[in-house]
Amino acid sequence: MLTLQSIYQSFDGRSVLSDINLNVPQGATQALIGSSGSGKTTLLRITLGLIAFDKGYVKINDQPLLSFTQVEWADRIGYVPQEGGLFPHITGFNNVSLIARLRGWRKNKIADRVEELRALVDLDPGILHRFPFEMSGGQQQRVAIMRAAMMDPQVMLLDEPMAALDPLIRRSLQRELKAIFKRLGKTVLLVTHDLGEAVYLADQITLLHEGKVVQSGSYRELLLQPADPFVTQFINAQRTLPDAAQFA
Amino acid sequence: MKRAAALVLLMAALAAPPPRASAADPIVVGSKFFTEGYVLGEIAAQAIESASSVPVTRKLGMGSTGILFQALKSGAIDVYADYTGTLAEAILKRPDLRSIEDIRSALYSLDLVMSGPLGFDDTYALAVKETFAEQHHLTTIGDLVGIEGGIRAAFSYEFMDRKDGYQGLVQAYKLHFSPDKVSRMEHSLTYRAIDDGVVDLIDLYSTDAKIEKSHLRVLKDDRQYFPVYQAVWVARKAFTEKHPREWQVLLNLQGSISEPAMIDMNAQADIGHVSFAKIAAQHLGSEAPRSQSLKSNILQRTREHLLLVGISLLFSVLVGIPLGLVAARFHAAGQAILVASAVVQTVPSLALLCFLIPLFGVGMKPALAALCLYSLLPVVLNTFTGIRSVDPKHLENARAFGLTRRQILRRIVLPLASPTVLAGIKTATIVSIGTATLAALVGAGGYGAPIVSGLSLNDVPTILTGAIPAALMALVAYGVFELLGYLLIPAGLRKQS
Repeated sequence: MLTLQSIYQSFDGRSVLSDINLNVPQGATQALIGSSGSGKTTLLRITLGLIAFDKGYVKINDQPLLSFTQVEWADRIGYVPQEGGLFPHITGFNNVSLIARLRGWRKNKIADRVEELRALVDLDPGILHRFPFEMSGGQQQRVAIMRAAMMDPQVMLLDEPMAALDPLIRRSLQRELKAIFKRLGKTVLLVTHDLGEAVYLADQITLLHEGKVVQSGSYRELLLQPADPFVTQFINAQRTLPDAAQFA
Repeated sequence: MKRAAALVLLMAALAAPPPRASAADPIVVGSKFFTEGYVLGEIAAQAIESASSVPVTRKLGMGSTGILFQALKSGAIDVYADYTGTLAEAILKRPDLRSIEDIRSALYSLDLVMSGPLGFDDTYALAVKETFAEQHHLTTIGDLVGIEGGIRAAFSYEFMDRKDGYQGLVQAYKLHFSPDKVSRMEHSLTYRAIDDGVVDLIDLYSTDAKIEKSHLRVLKDDRQYFPVYQAVWVARKAFTEKHPREWQVLLNLQGSISEPAMIDMNAQADIGHVSFAKIAAQHLGSEAPRSQSLKSNILQRTREHLLLVGISLLFSVLVGIPLGLVAARFHAAGQAILVASAVVQTVPSLALLCFLIPLFGVGMKPALAALCLYSLLPVVLNTFTGIRSVDPKHLENARAFGLTRRQILRRIVLPLASPTVLAGIKTATIVSIGTATLAALVGAGGYGAPIVSGLSLNDVPTILTGAIPAALMALVAYGVFELLGYLLIPAGLRKQS
């Protein structure tokens, strides 16, 4: 469904990404994980069609990115930026419906689609008439997901969807996000640095390190059959709290 | 922004003067920016009006000799009163020319015609307080030698800069003033300075009315250093040929104004606050033309001022915002635009007006050009800053959502930058309401006209009839922009701040 094939990218002669291969099957959720500097943000921007790359293919349903204009490609990928990335000067409703309005959708059609998505992400109706600064972090995130899903894209791409939320909200939204992905039935690529989040939300995890894919597979595979000592190192580096036994 | 432009257009339309009733080319009388200039200008205007049906336009109080000469050369004015010494020194650059005939023939080669002397001599002179003169036994300029090092002096700009002024004076009398005790200031303010006792010595004109009022002693020019400054009319040759009858009317005034008469007229204006029109009429033995009521006068000034501010504002919006956009988009062009508009801002307004006269003549045009240039920087700079300060993540996100370049500009960048852009337009407006008062110096009218003539008369009430409406206009403009903020700035940004 979403395929990245032998992607190479370098800046000023310095290799940033080399031989990246990734395939997210229809309806699956895949996490792209790595620490900062691993190249995951560059890969995200390449997938969105925002920057050119040296070699390789980005495809959705076997149709390559380069055969589309930026506008056509944008309709195929719904993007949820970090912290939601809502435009601060317009209401939630206008954020969600911006592209549809620019494409000339009729008012009724817009209203119906927004209502459908609102129910799907379980957002209080009044929230959509607020400006982003009047919403909580979780509400902004839901509105951002509605905006990404508005044009019914084939793929959803989320950048650190939980990073800015406080732990309790994070936990409850995490659960809901999983349900939302399921209800949407979209192919999802999730970019994160948080392994816990990746394990909880995604079917498959791709670990990126220094511009290369270290391993792709389920958490179980990463844990039990690490392809490289770095995989184990990365898993162990995720902070865990000491349990009661340790204070005995 | 469309709404803002429409509003500015509306303001400009309201302010536009009604079409001229008379089709005939008026005779334009200019004058310098001090009491005697106004009086002589008014005398010339009324003399022509009483003897001829050609309409007369008064452009009185037009700044210094340089501005008037430019105006005369460019045909923006037809005639004004000047002094033989000034003509030789400041215009012909021939201080050696002393006789009327020499100066007249030198001017003729510049296509200018000069009348004979009007009858009085207004030369430079130095003066001190009577009490100060008593104390130091001063009667002549030569008496200053020996004590001049401790004297605090205030001299007018023109006096300081002319060769036949300060520089020549100190050489001729071998005077050694201490430089830190000599200050330059506007002529009418030097009287204030000596009245308040902050200076001891000032330069003045020998027909100044305030000599007596301020209890000053004029020091005798015992070496006859100062050239003779006989008042004369100077006119364009083309004017004297086109309107020989009217020029003859002015020539008939030769020898008709004695020195005591001139001092008296200056005193009536400066001390008695009699209007120039009335003083001139009295001198000519005729009825003063009906003066405008204060209300209609202020209304007319308001219209002129609004026109100046409205048009320059419209220009700064229509040109400044696109320039700001270009500056934000292209680095090299951006720097060039910002530097150029900043440089324009540093040119003093009076100097800028002077540069613009050869291009635009006098009146509304050079004033508008100067105001347009001045109001450009705040708009360009704020547009640039506003756009540059839009978070780049919003731009990248917008691109990822499939907005085109134009849609990003229109839907994201401009709304997010609008508070800053609007603040720039607000600054430009308020600055140009203030700067437009200087437009009076090139004959563009507006609130500056009473301010300029009030300044030269040291007449605070007259100054206030210009200054108060100007301040009120600035306040109203401030309010209008608060309102515009509600209309134009997206609510999501407004509530945040």
